[in-house]
Amino acid sequence: MERRDLVIIGGGSAGLSAAVAAYDKGVKDILILERIAFLGGILNQCIHNGFGLHEFNEELTGPEFLTRFVKQVEERHIDYKLNAFVTDISKDKVVTYSSAEDGVTQIQAKAIIMAAGCYERNAGAIGIPGDRPSGVVTAGQAQLFLNDYGYMVGKRVFILGSGDIGLIMARRMTLEGAKVLGVAELMPYSNGLNRNIQQCLKDFDIPLYLSHTVTKTIGRSRLEAIEISEVDSSFRPIKGTEKRFEVDTLLLSVGLIPNNGLLDNLGIPQSRSRGSVVNQKMETEIEGIFSCGNVLHVHDLVDYVVAEGRVAGEAAAEYIEGKLKKSDSLILTEAGEGVGYVVPGRIELTDEDEKITFKFRVRKPMKNVYIVFSLNGIPFKKIYKQAIIPSEMEIVNIPRNLLVSNQGKIVVSTEPKEVK
Amino acid sequence: MATTLTCIICPNGCQLTVDDDLNVTGNKCLRGVEYGKQEVTDPRRTVTSTVKIASKQLRVCPVKTNVAIPKNMIFKVMEIVNQTSIVPPVYIGEVIVKDIAGTGADLVSTREVLD
Repeated sequence: MERRDLVIIGGGSAGLSAAVAAYDKGVKDILILERIAFLGGILNQCIHNGFGLHEFNEELTGPEFLTRFVKQVEERHIDYKLNAFVTDISKDKVVTYSSAEDGVTQIQAKAIIMAAGCYERNAGAIGIPGDRPSGVVTAGQAQLFLNDYGYMVGKRVFILGSGDIGLIMARRMTLEGAKVLGVAELMPYSNGLNRNIQQCLKDFDIPLYLSHTVTKTIGRSRLEAIEISEVDSSFRPIKGTEKRFEVDTLLLSVGLIPNNGLLDNLGIPQSRSRGSVVNQKMETEIEGIFSCGNVLHVHDLVDYVVAEGRVAGEAAAEYIEGKLKKSDSLILTEAGEGVGYVVPGRIELTDEDEKITFKFRVRKPMKNVYIVFSLNGIPFKKIYKQAIIPSEMEIVNIPRNLLVSNQGKIVVSTEPKEVK
Repeated sequence: MATTLTCIICPNGCQLTVDDDLNVTGNKCLRGVEYGKQEVTDPRRTVTSTVKIASKQLRVCPVKTNVAIPKNMIFKVMEIVNQTSIVPPVYIGEVIVKDIAGTGADLVSTREVLD
């Protein structure tokens, strides 16, 4: 069986960044396994700009951003295999992949970094009532077809869900000559970034229907129309509020889910983010198996994915070289009141940790709140937020010296600021 | 009369207010001031799209305007983008259409296609 020091599953932003970081820490025997025919992952189809403000201090398109990382990988002569689909990982770190070139192949790795990204919730997952014609497509799929393959999935379009991909596709299809009739969002607030509401919808006079959902798809072989309805506070459609739109395409932008089946199969505990529980070094409870990027929790900025990949890559290199500090500390983290999930799920403090980086999302938009961190029931850090929304991931660095114990539980929660 | 708008410079998406004397408030950084003034006097956008490419690997190559163009020129620029086809090799930043639609901006490739 082929042996490798480090096998990285996924050649997108997280995987490439992890590979470069591990290499620069001294591990040269690395193999990246990528499922499609190009490195760069989802950025290949994200041809819009707005990437790289943190990482490069300039505004790049997705392909420009990914090319910088591909060059870094190539400069270092890091090995990668394209069109290689990983089908299994074992606890003793045997990676099985399948490719037309190699058939089914197994590799024994010293360490594994999971960086397989996320997938889109699809029509089956949300169960829209009505017919089942063609023309109901996830927004990311439509983006792939248009930006990488060069064809449009439709001409008259409605979009369900106000996530960023849906908003970006509203603009993109409008630019290419489609008529986008509107975007419906179940929640009373948008799930996309404010800038995308402005530059993708308002710029093109595309209406956003908040507290609305699609209640019917109509069409025999191809979609002919949809019906949307307003929903009440428990998200039930309100009778009599139906509106009909004649469209040939319904794009779905209704959520992303970590593509974490391979690690779930190993019985590694799952976080509420639906990725694996990891510690502050991005290591799962199985020593030498790490996870980073959208497979761990869905990010909104690729710059943060890259930073997380770097942490995982450096830690994997330390593990391979026997330098990853063991710890008898164990603090579990928990998403408390108002918080959706917290990464890392476990903290194993060593004397090398100067700070712990917490990433989390709130469950709904809030104003005038404190983010409260408590350890074993005692609050040790409070951060005031004028406004906080679920579509923006929060990142908080906690200095090590604030943690008075290295055992127990940290709860991250929100608390309304009392108004005098 | 003051105008309120959403800054699109970065993911923060600040809510800006620009008054008649072009004073900008609500911005978290200086780029917001610049954007606010620009947006009420001469709104501009960077256009990103694709052009046809005669390549073995790809049917389309991503492109962008190298600077922001007047907002009301977006569809004029798109007309030219849709009539343009190229052959490899093409490099990132390579000019594909100079001074596209008379906007002063060049249409440049954002992907390297070597074939």
